[in-house]
Amino acid sequence: MKPFGYLRVDSVDEAVRAAAGQPGAQFLGGGTNLVDLMKLGVETPRVLIDVSRLPLDRIEELPDGGLRIGATVRNADLAASRPVRERYPVLSQALSAGASGQLRNTATTGGNLLQRTRCPYFQDTSKPCNKREPGTGCPARDGAHRDLAVLGHSAHCVATQPSDMAVALAALDATVRLHGPEGERTVPATDFHRLPGDSPERDTVIRLGELITAVELPPRRPGAHSRYRKARDRASFAFALASVGAVLAVRDGVVEHAALAFGGLAHRPWRARAAEEVLRGAPATERTFARAADAELAAAEPLRDNGFKVPLARALAVGVLADLAARD
Amino acid sequence: MSHDPPPEQQTPRLMPPGPLAHPLGAPLVRRDARDKATGSARYAAEHTPPGCAYAWPVPATVARGRITELDIGGALALPGVIAVLTHENAPRLASTDDPTLALLQEDRVPHRGWYIALAVAETLEVARDAADAVHVTYATDGHDVQLTADHPGLYVPERVNGDFPAVRERGDFDAAFAAAPATVDATYTVPPLHNHPMEPHAATARWSNGHLTVHDSSQGATKVREDLAALFKLGTDEITVISEHVGGGFGSKGTPRPQVVLAAMAARHTGRPVKLALPRRQLPAVVGHRAPTVQRVRIGAGRDGVITALAHESVTHTSTVTEFVEQAAVPARVMYTSPNSRTAHRVVALDVPTPSWMRAPGEAPGMYALESAVDELAALLDIDPVELRIRNDPATEPDSGRPFSSRHLADCLREGAERFGWQPRDPRPAVRRHGDLLLGTGVAAATYPVYIGATQAEAHAAADGGYRIRVNATDIGTGARTVLAQIAAAALGVPEDRVRVDIGSSDLPPAMLAGGSAGTASWGWAVHKACTALLARLRDREGPLPAEGITATEDTRLETAERSPYSRHAFGAVFAEVQADSRTGEIRVRRLLGQYAAGRILNPRTARSQFIGGLTMGLGMALTEGSSLDPAFGDFTACDLASYHVPAHADVPSVEAYWLDEEDPHLNPMGSKGIGEIGIVGTAAAIGNAVWHATGARLRDLPLTPDRLLPHLA
Repeated sequence: MKPFGYLRVDSVDEAVRAAAGQPGAQFLGGGTNLVDLMKLGVETPRVLIDVSRLPLDRIEELPDGGLRIGATVRNADLAASRPVRERYPVLSQALSAGASGQLRNTATTGGNLLQRTRCPYFQDTSKPCNKREPGTGCPARDGAHRDLAVLGHSAHCVATQPSDMAVALAALDATVRLHGPEGERTVPATDFHRLPGDSPERDTVIRLGELITAVELPPRRPGAHSRYRKARDRASFAFALASVGAVLAVRDGVVEHAALAFGGLAHRPWRARAAEEVLRGAPATERTFARAADAELAAAEPLRDNGFKVPLARALAVGVLADLAARD
Repeated sequence: MSHDPPPEQQTPRLMPPGPLAHPLGAPLVRRDARDKATGSARYAAEHTPPGCAYAWPVPATVARGRITELDIGGALALPGVIAVLTHENAPRLASTDDPTLALLQEDRVPHRGWYIALAVAETLEVARDAADAVHVTYATDGHDVQLTADHPGLYVPERVNGDFPAVRERGDFDAAFAAAPATVDATYTVPPLHNHPMEPHAATARWSNGHLTVHDSSQGATKVREDLAALFKLGTDEITVISEHVGGGFGSKGTPRPQVVLAAMAARHTGRPVKLALPRRQLPAVVGHRAPTVQRVRIGAGRDGVITALAHESVTHTSTVTEFVEQAAVPARVMYTSPNSRTAHRVVALDVPTPSWMRAPGEAPGMYALESAVDELAALLDIDPVELRIRNDPATEPDSGRPFSSRHLADCLREGAERFGWQPRDPRPAVRRHGDLLLGTGVAAATYPVYIGATQAEAHAAADGGYRIRVNATDIGTGARTVLAQIAAAALGVPEDRVRVDIGSSDLPPAMLAGGSAGTASWGWAVHKACTALLARLRDREGPLPAEGITATEDTRLETAERSPYSRHAFGAVFAEVQADSRTGEIRVRRLLGQYAAGRILNPRTARSQFIGGLTMGLGMALTEGSSLDPAFGDFTACDLASYHVPAHADVPSVEAYWLDEEDPHLNPMGSKGIGEIGIVGTAAAIGNAVWHATGARLRDLPLTPDRLLPHLA
């Protein structure tokens, strides 16, 4: 084991200051991913700054009718919270579809957003990986990539973002609140994760030393319903082969509002803007939904062994939208 | 083929059938349940002798080549490092019949993950750091890890696992197949599968005055001691191997594995006790795996469904280290009548980790293919698949002509069908829709041979009226202590709580391993024999027992060496109901029911647990479990439990196991057959057949994950 320092902090300011003064520092939330990666030798922080006890563990109502979720709120608590279940079912469902009961009890909201890819090459330090060691190559492109990206990948990386929660947040137009050495800022959840391009080592737009303090949800759109559906290799405790988070409002048989995001397809939750364009103002029929999904997935560039994800994502999208439309 | 009548044979004296005054057949709670539930049962890595050092292995990172340079200087320089063993400094080992145990003996790397060094340190963390600091340079050769059905390196081996002939032919298969009115010709594939017992392989070794003592996670400490004696050129009396509690093995601990040899080497090299627990991610490369198979099954039958031609041909891989051939075509020699048959195996030695036993080797993959093909025949002829199997139920073993000691497959099919609610059943596929879900049912037969191994046992009557049984049996989670106490109590005619059972150490009388579903029968026979001898001596005595008590020791060498004139197998029938999501291709099992005929069931509580465990593992084989070899790197692609999907609770809804009261006088004094493996057999086929019934898609490549079904959905 590589020796590392451990620091527990009491405030966000203290956390950010500590990180700024410590090269190689990383924030520790629930540790459900970071500690695993440390055991594998993939992550080698010199100092862990434990932020799991910061007073960021509350879910608060915002004046505009939205919700602020503290970064250390545990996944299980968030999934079970009444306002989330009642107003943002897509989020509750996404959280409950992730990991296992034990992990959800420990994993935090901020940590969930920062979990890293499950690409087998990324996790194996005896092999090349551009994400882990830039410039070494991407063996996944021609190797074991059944579970990897079909959208937005690059010659350098075909990894997928594994979070279910992040897909729901993308569909909900959530905002990520960050606190760093230069103060506070917010980033739309849809822009928080990056595409790999030529720098796959960067998963997100987070800057050095920045700490996630909260995720904010806009008020629930009147008349809209939301849902998350995930396809996976086993009934529980498996990452998404593909997933869909959707928010849909239908009035008089016509789509009034639609927000759609895919998981398991790309290096970030894939907000389906092209599909939404097709949906908006169109009749709420399976035919429309299929047309919308096709419009989005036309951009897919499947690899040798993951072409199945395209019809799978299409089927999920059509199914979820049809289900939501049937509620009105 | 004609067959000889069974020769006169001394059949074992059966225990009395019928209602039992003694606890044989009673659902006793396992004796170590409390110890296990409270964590006080200690496993191999939970023994820490004073001065214990810790080891961490270094796996090769190339798939084929030689070590040209091994730099251990950096590792040795780390504070707390005691030694780094390599092929240049490790103790020399004598060769044995298992070349996978020739560890750190030469510079050759036969596959990725092969151990090339072992770091030993004061703490686990330092040992691991030291292992990382070992620098290796290799000269590599091109490697090949990809099994194909037409691989140029394929050859016909002499024997396959279980010591069966590789090829058996009867009649004229080709002519009969060509002439058959109805034919099925289909190829099925099973990917590499990993055993992944909950307790990883671990050993703690210490040398004291020339005596080697190891705690090892093993399915049989007798065999571990024998192999260690051979490797280190010691007498077996100079070695003690303890396997007190074992957290599963599924075959991967059936013979010694690297951990025990490495721990013993490191302890000898350093003069310190050494503990080694293999990391989960390294297990697939070093403890064995179920080899992948490509199986072609051809069946020719009359319109009445009676099989006239049957060919089962299996292609598999082995490593360049040693030959292990999964005997997938062997069950076809037992299952169905056919005057014309061919069962054959071919194998290719690739640069892959060495395959070995995994729960029901041969039967598990072989019956997947055979029972899927039988279902295809039933569909083709529009004959109910239960009925088709009953029509082809042979009176004698097709391959040998030997009579069955007992065969109640047809009864299992009928009774299982009744319990499951098989009828009324619309045989048409893809016509049962429930929202987005397509529903279907499937059936398959199961079989597993009766094995038995020589065992010695000691029965002791103490002066205080208590009894003690000593036998080196192993409890790998099955409840061995409990059932042996039941067998002893029944033989002695005393209450079960007066019998103490000592197992799990090679200092006890030598015994068969816990494998081949043969543990209870092998140990129990010896225990029964020792108890019977003890009882006779007690009856002959007058007056109180001497202070030291009386001991009887018996073994079953003669009985178990005799070849039975009977073909002896357990049989069963598995029924499955599945749902397939017509949008996503996700397949889930709704109900699974196994009906078995496996001789006398000695403890219904622990037996049920074995059956449903096997059924669950078969569910995993059908739907979720699968690994593959990475062509570029040569290793397995699914090395941890996040990527190798064993079923989660949500995958396993209703699983039921039932059995017939089967009387078989040709087995052993208890009248029992093995039950540890038959649960996995046939289960994947039953599920696959149900998937066809649900969807109309005949999927022939396991596991049946969504990507496999999606292309068949409209």
